[in-house]
Amino acid sequence: MELGLSHYLAVSAALFTIGVVGIFVNRKNIIVILMAIELILLSVNLNLVAFSVFSGTIAGQIFAMLVLTVAAAEAAVGLAILVVYFRNRRDISVENVDLMKG
Amino acid sequence: MALIAFYLMAAVTLVSALMVIMARNPVHSVLWLILAFFSAAGLFVLIGAEFIAMLLVVVYVGAVAVLFLFVVMMLDVDFVELKDGTLKYWPFAMLVGIVFAAEIVMASVFGVQSLPDSFDAAPGADTNAEAIGQVMYTEYMLLFQLAGIVLLVAMIGAIVLTLRHRPHVKRQNIAKQTSRRRGDAYELKDPKPGQGI
Repeated sequence: MELGLSHYLAVSAALFTIGVVGIFVNRKNIIVILMAIELILLSVNLNLVAFSVFSGTIAGQIFAMLVLTVAAAEAAVGLAILVVYFRNRRDISVENVDLMKG
Repeated sequence: MALIAFYLMAAVTLVSALMVIMARNPVHSVLWLILAFFSAAGLFVLIGAEFIAMLLVVVYVGAVAVLFLFVVMMLDVDFVELKDGTLKYWPFAMLVGIVFAAEIVMASVFGVQSLPDSFDAAPGADTNAEAIGQVMYTEYMLLFQLAGIVLLVAMIGAIVLTLRHRPHVKRQNIAKQTSRRRGDAYELKDPKPGQGI
């Protein structure tokens, strides 16, 4: 059996599922939730690059770079919000976030 | 041969991704995340997408993972206490995961006719980086600039969010310093002899 697109799609799907499960498992720890989001974005990148390479067009790799940019920006802003939140509450537990009564 | 390398790196990626969400200590989570990104970069190299692989290592391992590590170390939180009660979320999380996986499998079983086996990471060029460079500054110029703006906004946002002015801390006020005039600082007196000021 040759290395094919289906191999990459399978890994990507498994990685995406692990990321989604990670968000639900670590309901309290917002840092691990952010890391699970990074995993999901990595699986998206894997999909984009695999489709790009196996279809012989370069566009998917450009989009993967954009996803990478957005992931880096999201991590920076998310962690900044986390630091400010910790400064105000001395605690990062997600369960206690009910200030806005949403 | 390539298939063996693929299975090895895919297994490392998935196991380290599992460890990211299951590790008790967030520092270990970050380290597993770095391993996951490294082996995913290996998967990219395997199909010839070297440029994205290098970018993944530079951006994720060099910037994002270090940022995570820095924040985890800086926050003085009892992470073991945070992990308590995680067990009660597992059934629901497994349900969601199984539904997700089943949906993806169903979509790929019913929706996909045939998948290509041959790959070409550098269409119309010698190397992968050359192929990307050929279109990035021409066809995708606007997207490239927008990505730069996204990074700029994120940088400004992170600085504005975390900047704080504490009271009782002496700070340099350059405008105030440079707008001082000679008359504000001292005054010439002409004391008479034997009188003082």
